[in-house]
Amino acid sequence: MINNYTLSIYRYNPETDKKPRMQSLEVDSSEVKGIMLLDLLKAAKDHDPTITFRFSCGAGICGSDGMNINGRNGLACMTQLKTLGDKIILRPLPGMPVIRDLLVDMNLFYRQYHSIKPYLQAEPPKDGKEHKQSISQRRQLDGLYECILCACCSTACPSWWWNPDKFVGPAGLLWACRFIVDSRDMKESERLEDLEGLYRLYRCRGIMNCASVCPKGLNPSAAIASVRERMLKKALGKQSYDEANQ
Amino acid sequence: MIMNDFKAREFDVIVVGGGGSGLRAAHTLSQSGLKVAVVSKVFPLRSHTVSAQGGINAALGNYGDDQWQWHMYDTVVGSDFLGDQDAIELMCKEAPETIIELEHMGLPFSRNEDGTIYQRSFGGQTLNFGQEVAHRTCCAQDRTGHALLHTLYQQNVAVATNFLNEWFAIDLVVDANGSVAGVSAIEMATGEIVFLKATATVLATGGGGQIFQSNTNAHICTGDGMAMVFRQNIGLQDMEMWQFHPTGLLGSGILISEGTRGEGGYLLNSNGERFMCDYAPHLKDLSCRDVVARCSMTEIREGRGCGPDKDHVLLKLSHLDPEVFIEKLPGITQIAMTYVGVDPRKDPIPVVPTCHYSMGGIPCNYHGQVLTVDHDGKDRKVPGLFAIGECANVSVHGANRLGANSLLDLVVLGRACGRYLQENIQSFTAVNPSHSDIERAFSRCKNLKKPSQGIDAVKLRKEMKKIMQEDFGVFREHASMEKGLKRLEVLRTMSKKITIRDQSAIFNTEMFNALELQNLIEVAYATAIAAFSRQESRGAHSRVDYPDRDDKKWLKHSIANADGTIQKRSVSKQTKFTAPIETALREH
Repeated sequence: MINNYTLSIYRYNPETDKKPRMQSLEVDSSEVKGIMLLDLLKAAKDHDPTITFRFSCGAGICGSDGMNINGRNGLACMTQLKTLGDKIILRPLPGMPVIRDLLVDMNLFYRQYHSIKPYLQAEPPKDGKEHKQSISQRRQLDGLYECILCACCSTACPSWWWNPDKFVGPAGLLWACRFIVDSRDMKESERLEDLEGLYRLYRCRGIMNCASVCPKGLNPSAAIASVRERMLKKALGKQSYDEANQ
Repeated sequence: MIMNDFKAREFDVIVVGGGGSGLRAAHTLSQSGLKVAVVSKVFPLRSHTVSAQGGINAALGNYGDDQWQWHMYDTVVGSDFLGDQDAIELMCKEAPETIIELEHMGLPFSRNEDGTIYQRSFGGQTLNFGQEVAHRTCCAQDRTGHALLHTLYQQNVAVATNFLNEWFAIDLVVDANGSVAGVSAIEMATGEIVFLKATATVLATGGGGQIFQSNTNAHICTGDGMAMVFRQNIGLQDMEMWQFHPTGLLGSGILISEGTRGEGGYLLNSNGERFMCDYAPHLKDLSCRDVVARCSMTEIREGRGCGPDKDHVLLKLSHLDPEVFIEKLPGITQIAMTYVGVDPRKDPIPVVPTCHYSMGGIPCNYHGQVLTVDHDGKDRKVPGLFAIGECANVSVHGANRLGANSLLDLVVLGRACGRYLQENIQSFTAVNPSHSDIERAFSRCKNLKKPSQGIDAVKLRKEMKKIMQEDFGVFREHASMEKGLKRLEVLRTMSKKITIRDQSAIFNTEMFNALELQNLIEVAYATAIAAFSRQESRGAHSRVDYPDRDDKKWLKHSIANADGTIQKRSVSKQTKFTAPIETALREH
């Protein structure tokens, strides 16, 4: 049983600090009410209320508390303290402008998400009822729709660090895939065309950091591959695509 | 931090809160061409709607014959007859078309073999006025809130809704006549203070479960809208009615969906007995939440709790078809493994009744118009002010909400409010508050910056939560509530003198937490005076010293006022399309 947790936290307030610094903190384990990193952070914040980070649901569904934990992106509320060892180093999600401490500006990330037109484009059925979607068609959405847009994946991606303004990034592309494979959506062709070019999708180099850090166990890399396949099929025409694959 | 002057921005409508109800209302309003802004203290997808799991009720009849009148009957009985039947009728009647609309918007509902929306069983849902168990709860696996919130956000992106994300609303701006002219707000990232002026202000700020030590609610559920209204001397309605969810995870309080029991799970005590069969032989584990929570607490209080501290019961799921965990309950499987290290396919999950939902809130009609009761007992509308979602009390849930009726409430009443404003806002008169009316709405913020007051927010928060947990929990009685209430009065005074250390303008979370704590203490106080006054047991309000329902005295809404007084308001039975449901005893 650990008596004290030693935290090293990235601190930066642009109002008062010339440059960022790492602050060391000791927290008595008896003050930590729970087994997750977020519980430790809350206890730390009770001592020093100026430590700034986002959090809300505490159950890994709202996606607020993404951060870099011992060098790896994750959600504080889904990271068990016992997996972190004696010393815990916390930094903001990499490659994002820091607003204050662990709290980053997410606007570019959201803008890339918006750029893929993340909404169903379909004609409602004429009978006024629900679209019919078979169980297997619906299953296509599993592994995609569960994304919580925490940005752990995109901010772990070197291609995103390099071109966050032009590359949609793993999260946005996962959502693109979610709408492309939805049997109800009627804009597959337009959606695929929108991802053409050097940057929007093709900046993905298959590094797969995205899949390895996703706290929800999703695989943006596989989603990107499946979109690529559809783009190729579309470009070649189905027949030549099938021939090329024989 | 500069606090001396404020900017102003003007809109037709501001919606405070970006959860399910706010986004549903905003979607209608944005489409109407009105100038609308959604003001949210978090990016909308972080709102607590995202945590809802089990589903959303509608009599679609995809499983077999179903009727909205049966859904209405269950909702009225579930409310222990405290629900307003005009609003419940609207909600249940409009449920099917609202669900279809969500499906058309893209919500990834789970499906039946024939491609229609899958519907599961849920607590308190029956066919044919209390007969066999219904299958009425539409869902997206056990992530329905997430799917719903994302879908509504996406549709708002499609219609280019204007969002003020990470803006914190401080207080209502009200003129001398009591008309609402908007809110005072801070842009959190910069600390800039702005008067958001609007012809109509819609509060969609959600619940306040953070008043309790143990709750399923997100950190942000701090009753902001309720407190904003309470501070304007507008009474809050039925605030004693807090729902304790039977299956909060032991320790963290994280929600384990009622869908687990809807799919066939059940509760066990330390003797391995399925105790709900004894308490409620008809609906058993699918009884209403107030009933199941009380039964679990009774088991624990009588020494049949589980674990070394005998402080919880067990939720058994291991007998379910392995496919169910993959297709229908993947989210809770992951939660149980991550947060208590239990694989529900093999072992039972330790659960305990945990504060979950506020049935009470800002009194309003089904257009969302906020109401007060005047001295003659008549309803009076508050000009310019609307409320929807969990912060509102319409009342579609009365003394006990049925599972999967909350998401329904958000979309039906969010839409109704949006439509009402779209059709009627032209006839609203513009309110022009004086400079001092506006300044007053920023005063809470300014006071926190005064150095000399010295009240510590952390201690205050801990004590408030402890009082609410111990004296206003599942079972209540006069003496402990009296003691708790006295102390809360002290805390309430202290809360006005909180001092913060952080003086920065940039994302000052200490300041926002202090503003939220002040809101929570108002909500806790309203809860306490209402619970202390209602001398009967009804729905979620269970008094050891008044174990029976008392329709003669208390088939009434309670109105808790900021001065500590309690008024009563009649319960509506004004149905339009079907006969009202007559008051009767609830059978278990």
